[in-house]
Amino acid sequence: MTTCQPNDEPQPAADLGAAASNTASAGAGSPLLAVHHLSAVFANETGGLYALADLSFEIYPQQFVCVLGPSGSGKSTLLRLLAGLLKPTQGDVCYEGEVIDQRLAAARRNVGFVFQKANLMPWRTVSENILLPLELQKVPRDLAQSKVAELIQLVGLRGFEKARPRELSGGMAQRVAIARALAHDPDLLLLDEPFGSLDALTRERMGAELLRIWQARQKTVVMVTHSIAEALFLADRVLVLTSRPGRLRLDLTVDLPRPRHEDMRYTPQFGGLARQIRSAIERIE
Amino acid sequence: MLKQRFFFLLISLGLALAVWWAVREFGYLPRFMLPSPLDVWQRFWTAFRDGSLLRHSLVTLSEVLAGLAAGASAAMLLGYSLAKSPALEKVLTPYIIASQSIPVVAIAPLLVIWFGPGWVSKVMICSLIVFFPVLINTVVGMRSAPAELRELMRSLQASRWQTFWLLEAPAGLPVFLGGLRIGATLSVIGAVVGEFVGADSGLGYLVNAARGIYDIPLVFVAVMVLILMAMALYGFVAWVESVAVKH
Ligand SMILES: Nc1ncnc2c1ncn2[C@@H]1O[C@H](COP(=O)(O)OP(=O)(O)OP(=O)(O)O)[C@@H](O)[C@H]1O
Ligand SMILES: [Mg+2]
Repeated sequence: MTTCQPNDEPQPAADLGAAASNTASAGAGSPLLAVHHLSAVFANETGGLYALADLSFEIYPQQFVCVLGPSGSGKSTLLRLLAGLLKPTQGDVCYEGEVIDQRLAAARRNVGFVFQKANLMPWRTVSENILLPLELQKVPRDLAQSKVAELIQLVGLRGFEKARPRELSGGMAQRVAIARALAHDPDLLLLDEPFGSLDALTRERMGAELLRIWQARQKTVVMVTHSIAEALFLADRVLVLTSRPGRLRLDLTVDLPRPRHEDMRYTPQFGGLARQIRSAIERIE
Repeated sequence: MLKQRFFFLLISLGLALAVWWAVREFGYLPRFMLPSPLDVWQRFWTAFRDGSLLRHSLVTLSEVLAGLAAGASAAMLLGYSLAKSPALEKVLTPYIIASQSIPVVAIAPLLVIWFGPGWVSKVMICSLIVFFPVLINTVVGMRSAPAELRELMRSLQASRWQTFWLLEAPAGLPVFLGGLRIGATLSVIGAVVGEFVGADSGLGYLVNAARGIYDIPLVFVAVMVLILMAMALYGFVAWVESVAVKH
């Protein structure tokens, strides 16, 4: 099994101007996830499309990382690489110091993935969809059932236990997907715009729940979002990707004190961070 | 709803009987060649009473079911392998397609020579004819699981076996059952073809034998039982589909 090399070079970011990267990683032990010179190329008619190019960074246990970037910048591709669902064209992804490949011991990687689309099984009810990860891990039936009931309560879908996915609205389906990702209590949560089709209020409530779970259960979270404010309310660290190819434009530590409140929005610190992220994204487009 | 369906069934049956009667009355056929519904009913009753109809029907039904089971199982196994291995698919596809250009009628005599005029050769013919539609629909069904759900299963470390039972099988079930529905009716045809070539019992044999002695009402009886058999099998698979496919 290949072991990982530590990152020997500074970030090869496209433009280091804004990336005054005082990463939140400093001195937090060994990284949970590390990517080295990661590139992903998709074959197309003109030869190849660079979705991600030469990306290197490390994510430490119990970090909450938000990934931002314009549409098509490779955010979903990055999450799929981190989950080991996609093979990097170049470079590698390491999980706890080991290169993720087909043979990496399955039991060691405990990942909850929320896909950009809800991605539910149409032949299963809401409860059965949430049950899936527990079923795969052969959790005893009654234990699993009570866990599912708890999660349904959490995402506010009481009364829809027996509904099929086609009877759900987009936001409801997305909440089922979130509950499913939490069911087996994974250490690592990879969330691809999990709140994308929720209304503002539900979105805030779900964000708060996610924070609560993250703190209580000591999880590591990598979450893609398009909302700068949401990233600043949730994350320890924000990564901004450029567009085609996706390179690291900004790696920003969010050192706002927790718990974070709505009225923080109006503090100069929040404003400053928001401006930094904003200008990084704007300069891409 | 049920009442309405019964009503339409009665109408379509009545219509069929009316056409039958009209053709007999006003058609050009001599009467003995086209028996009346009543003649057929009486012939049915005597064949039923002496037990011969039931005996021949059971022979054919057992051939049909055994052939369906054997053909569909083989097709499922091969279909799963083909869906999983593109290399195997490339190697075998030409042969599978080529085998379909041979009409079963043409090889049925060979099978009867090789496996004897008894039950086995009929089951072989049935399973051959069932094989192709079930195979194709198994492959298509196995592939009908969306790529995103496959990724979900992989992110959850599902084993190959779990992926099959929890994703590929339920996702492919509607397509697979569609193939089985076609296979079930084809299996009846296979049995009759086999019995035509050489047999001493079965409904196909009965048709042939009755035709030989100009017992036209008995031909009608045997054909109708065959139709009922195919419809019942088709209906059974459709029923399984309606119970098992919930989306
Ligand atoms: N399976 C694939 N095959 C070919 N090209 C792909 C594939 N997946 C992604 N791409 C390409 O890679 C690039 C990045 O896609 P990706 O989905 O990662 O973007 P994204 O940042 O998640 O965008 P969005 O914010 O719209 O979700 C896009 O240009 C896309 O066309
Ligand atoms: Mg995306």
